[in-house]
Amino acid sequence: MTLSKEPRRDDDGLPALLHTELRASDDKGAKGPAGQRLIHAEATSRPLRDAMPEPQPRGAKIHRHRPIDHNEAARRFIDAPHHEKMHDERLWDLRQKRDGQMHAIPEWEELRELASEIKQHTLAHLGDYLEQFETQALANGIHVHWAQDGAEHNRIVHSILADHGAKRLIKSKSMLTEETGMRHYMAGVGIEVIETDLGERIQQLDNEDPSHIVVPAVHKLRSDVADVFAKKLGTDPRNDDVHYLAEQQREKTRPLILDADAGMTGANFAVAETGSFVVCTNEGNADLSANVPPLHIASIGIEKLIPRIADLGVFIRLLSRSALGSPMTQYTSHFRGPRSGAEMHIVLVDNGRSARLGEPEFWQSLKCIRCGACMNTCPVYRRSGGLSYGATYSGPIGLILDPTFDRRRYSSLPFASTLNGSCSNVCPVKINIHEQIFAWRKALSESHDISTSKHAMMKVAGVVLSNPRLYRAAIATAESALKILPNFVVANPLNSWTRRGRNMPNPVTETFHQWYERTKGGKEDRL
Amino acid sequence: MSAREAILANVHANQPSGTYPLPDLPGFHLEGTSDVVGLFLKNLEGMGGRYHTGDVRSCIDQLFPNAKVIASTVPDFAGNRQVFANVHPRNLADIDVAVTRASFGVAETGSILLVDQTLIANAVAYLAQHLVVLLDPAAIVPMIQDAYCRSEFHRHRYASFHSGPSATADIEGVLIHGAQGVRSLTVVLA
Repeated sequence: MTLSKEPRRDDDGLPALLHTELRASDDKGAKGPAGQRLIHAEATSRPLRDAMPEPQPRGAKIHRHRPIDHNEAARRFIDAPHHEKMHDERLWDLRQKRDGQMHAIPEWEELRELASEIKQHTLAHLGDYLEQFETQALANGIHVHWAQDGAEHNRIVHSILADHGAKRLIKSKSMLTEETGMRHYMAGVGIEVIETDLGERIQQLDNEDPSHIVVPAVHKLRSDVADVFAKKLGTDPRNDDVHYLAEQQREKTRPLILDADAGMTGANFAVAETGSFVVCTNEGNADLSANVPPLHIASIGIEKLIPRIADLGVFIRLLSRSALGSPMTQYTSHFRGPRSGAEMHIVLVDNGRSARLGEPEFWQSLKCIRCGACMNTCPVYRRSGGLSYGATYSGPIGLILDPTFDRRRYSSLPFASTLNGSCSNVCPVKINIHEQIFAWRKALSESHDISTSKHAMMKVAGVVLSNPRLYRAAIATAESALKILPNFVVANPLNSWTRRGRNMPNPVTETFHQWYERTKGGKEDRL
Repeated sequence: MSAREAILANVHANQPSGTYPLPDLPGFHLEGTSDVVGLFLKNLEGMGGRYHTGDVRSCIDQLFPNAKVIASTVPDFAGNRQVFANVHPRNLADIDVAVTRASFGVAETGSILLVDQTLIANAVAYLAQHLVVLLDPAAIVPMIQDAYCRSEFHRHRYASFHSGPSATADIEGVLIHGAQGVRSLTVVLA
């Protein structure tokens, strides 16, 4: 196997498509003033052919007392080739766009290191920063609430709404409210919740969770959206034109926004120095949710803290570039207090975070800024779809977050990885994701939370994998990590990922450590 | 024990004890160009925004000849719909074009910063169909980190970077302007 330092390119100069049959010549996307194709936000680098309609594969089956079977759901996703190819292509394209942005910034690696250090520092002093944040927010006229878990969060939000006689809540996307099951709770107490992000609204109307933390409906094709909208919004079922669908959502949501009693956002960052919080969106829907109704509630996980406004100069430069390969989200909004005549509430939510802070092997996962870069690069995620994980968080970051919520239910998830290290490599805050995935395998094995077959597999792999030096030596003598790993981990008949003649994802051509040496830690990252 | 006390007690008990100093933030500099205005305009277009050479009047005449309701929050230009503080947002819902002024621009990303004081009613920048933004070309900083050294984020209750118009590509990656907010963003250098 030769080592290619340049990505394979098509004749348009862009990195080659994974699935060449998806290439289209007609371009329906938005154009610039000179007619040039625009690729900001989550737009694809080049136009893709309209996908063929095909029944949408659904996510993992949820059984109350049994662990999620990721393999079973992944198999069904792969058996829907139009869905699988579009998904694979779009996410790999986001990864390629991210690389393009990274190459344009000479200080990229320095920014990642700074981001990691700022987050480590904040987490090591989180108690003080939370108190500083609260003091500042209160001084700015914001009401501050604290919730130990998801249920308490939902009760607090409900009581704020009840105090205002609010019946309709418009909200922007928040992974935290997915964690707490807020929509479900509000339905039970008679509060109407309207998601205003297009992707999230599609998922809400289809009674599905978001399949990706940044692009929630990336697993769906236009025909799936047309079906959902026809059933739930009364649109023309035969019209699956993307412009038509997006415009219908805009038109049908606008009156609900104007008449809403309250608005809700999450937060990407909370700044201790000023008691303010930052929300990033491409649609401007968070700004509508926050600025139209007379009441704004923001749900914020306690790990979102950063010390200073100036630190945003590091994180904002990394966030959208890592997530979508776009230089900046269309909207980056800073809320420091209620607008005149309106009320603002913040709910600071723990929900397992303070406990995770005390776990030496896993606390660094709290650095996560929810960009989704690890998902976009992960061969297993791209081929299996986010809903196959059956959890709030999917992809590599999900593998290390989900077991903290329920170690038995999510015990198989840390096995949905090839341990190729790409997730750690693209992480803008340098979380050692693949090492934590392996640490979770070990932890779950030791506490007997994993199935017998996985346990047997761990025993074989354990000796080598649990010793970093041995592991590196084993890999370095082979052509690639993936080529050696299958011998005892991946292609093992106990691993159902490779059953049924399925190919393993693109094998890597060098190990993470070789790659790190060659690229000076990613500064010259080329696949 | 209240939830607040319980959370803070857990956090204080569990937070890692190693030495994790807060790093100083180094100054990074634009590479390859000193033309911040040119770079701003190029990146603005890359984010789906556009710019108009000329004044606001000619901008609206040329780009929005059919606009009926025009709201302005700047003294230099009078629209036909006044924007009040505390106006009910429903009364902003039929605005075709809103005109406002940015505090400053950022060359690195083609962004402009809008603040509550200038917007008068924050929602006007999202409920209007189209947004026209005046920007003093002398008020363009090179990079995002320069932007965060400014005082706006300490003074204003609401401050928002707009980088192009409202956008989505949530369905099959097809880019659409005007997802929920404005369908276009036009910068007039003045």
